[in-house]
Amino acid sequence: MPHADGGSLWSSLSAAGHLSERTLWGADASVTLGDLVGGSSLSGRLELLRGRSVLVATRDQLTAALALIELDAVARRLVLCPPDLPAEHLPFVAAAATVDALVSDRATPDAGPPGVGTVMTCTPRIASAAPERTGRYQTEWVLLTSGTTGRPKMVVHTLSSLSGAMRGGRPSGEPAVWSTFYDIRRYGGLQIFLRALLGGGSMVLSSADESTGDFLIRAGGHGVTHISGTPSHWRRALMSPAAHRIAPRYVRLSGEIADQAILDHLRVCYPEARIAHAFASTEAGVAFDVGDGLAGFPASLIGREGADVQMKVENGSLRIRSTRTAARYLGGEGGPIADGDGFVDTGDMLERRGDRYHFVGRRGGIINVGGLKVHPEEVEAVINAHPQVRMSLVRTRKNPITGALVVADVVLKSEPGPANGRAVTLEHEIMQRCREALSRHKVPAAIHFVSALAVTPGGKLVRHDA
Amino acid sequence: MATTMSVRSMVTARFEEVAREQKKTLAPLADDLVLLDSGLDSLCLAIIVARLEDSLGVDPFSSGKDAEFPVTLGDFIRLYEDAAR
Repeated sequence: MPHADGGSLWSSLSAAGHLSERTLWGADASVTLGDLVGGSSLSGRLELLRGRSVLVATRDQLTAALALIELDAVARRLVLCPPDLPAEHLPFVAAAATVDALVSDRATPDAGPPGVGTVMTCTPRIASAAPERTGRYQTEWVLLTSGTTGRPKMVVHTLSSLSGAMRGGRPSGEPAVWSTFYDIRRYGGLQIFLRALLGGGSMVLSSADESTGDFLIRAGGHGVTHISGTPSHWRRALMSPAAHRIAPRYVRLSGEIADQAILDHLRVCYPEARIAHAFASTEAGVAFDVGDGLAGFPASLIGREGADVQMKVENGSLRIRSTRTAARYLGGEGGPIADGDGFVDTGDMLERRGDRYHFVGRRGGIINVGGLKVHPEEVEAVINAHPQVRMSLVRTRKNPITGALVVADVVLKSEPGPANGRAVTLEHEIMQRCREALSRHKVPAAIHFVSALAVTPGGKLVRHDA
Repeated sequence: MATTMSVRSMVTARFEEVAREQKKTLAPLADDLVLLDSGLDSLCLAIIVARLEDSLGVDPFSSGKDAEFPVTLGDFIRLYEDAAR
């Protein structure tokens, strides 16, 4: 494992060799790793970022990828800004991570958040330079994930914790061309990016501006061999006429529950591929993958002594202890990531059926819509702000396209009638508020007016964990 | 039991309704329209499938054995016509 010795991303990917044959393809541009030997995407001006806390806020994934390659071990901290981060959260992120430099790929970069003095442009047009990429920093990689209040949680990893599930070096056989439907600034996408780099492969990066069909055609054109996505990504891919434009050797699912139907559909569509579904979370890291084509995972994975990843089930949820878990949260929110024994509670609820465990949902009613988490409290707060609403319960509804949808049960202060508006009008008004205040995937697909909601003796809404 | 014609019109009505709600520009609805080119994303399609389950009482995606994922609107309508039969 070349990365385990504390080597930088650049030194580890270089150790896997064959740099001139390995390419990162974006939608509009590409860079061969060999180009970076005597060149730089940051004009070689790494000194300006040495020891800094750098917000990597690029539009394209390719420029983000280049910045990460060049700045690991050089910067003190790299904050991976996902493309859809609402601008209003940027000052919080910058302050919590004490950001003092910004990497952008815009021709005229926006001024950074307050206090950010250095703004550096990153470009796929590699300038000739002799950058000094060795550094003494064990760079913190900060990933953003959704929080209860809508404010992102900031999760601290290192290259070592992120790459703990990977074997370094180039495997024998044909070189791998990796790809993923994910953005590489999300944990699931970053895993694939690092697998490509550390394992001696190339990678086709996705683009938010590109249709599923165009992406599949482009990935197929570059000869993709290994490709990952959420079950929702894959359902969408299988609805594309371009699904057969790729012929991968390895198909990976993560980020949502993989049901038997999607595993079966993928096996039919890609008969030559090894199909694996993995469990990983931003906080707990990669725990395991399952390659037997069946939903759920073997019960024998729980409670193994001496394994790299130790797992147990407590109060119904999966707990994970390994060197791949995140170190901590930034920004003083969220408390410790692991308990006193080093176990991270994933909040994913398990049910044992025979000799397998199956995921049945999330504790606290958290809803996973196509890989995007929805905290019910955030949606309920918007609904409850309507003057006619007494209380509401936001819950999950299973869906074969996105895994789940958000629906809401709403108790009104009085029965709908001529005095306070008819149910149709109220539903419309509540929906409108939700659409104005929330991301699209958080807006309830349906509102049901109910006469009462179950409340615990402690006065809390009864939430079903599944 | 819904007739074949009414299944078709219910499906197209849902497409138009969800497109309107989600402020998406819907391509002209024809049987050979590729769903991913319809102007609707996965979230829109998910909402359509949920509402059709409420009105038709079937979810052919979850119940169908070995059913292929629909690629065109025609495939999608046939899936519901077969399930509602």
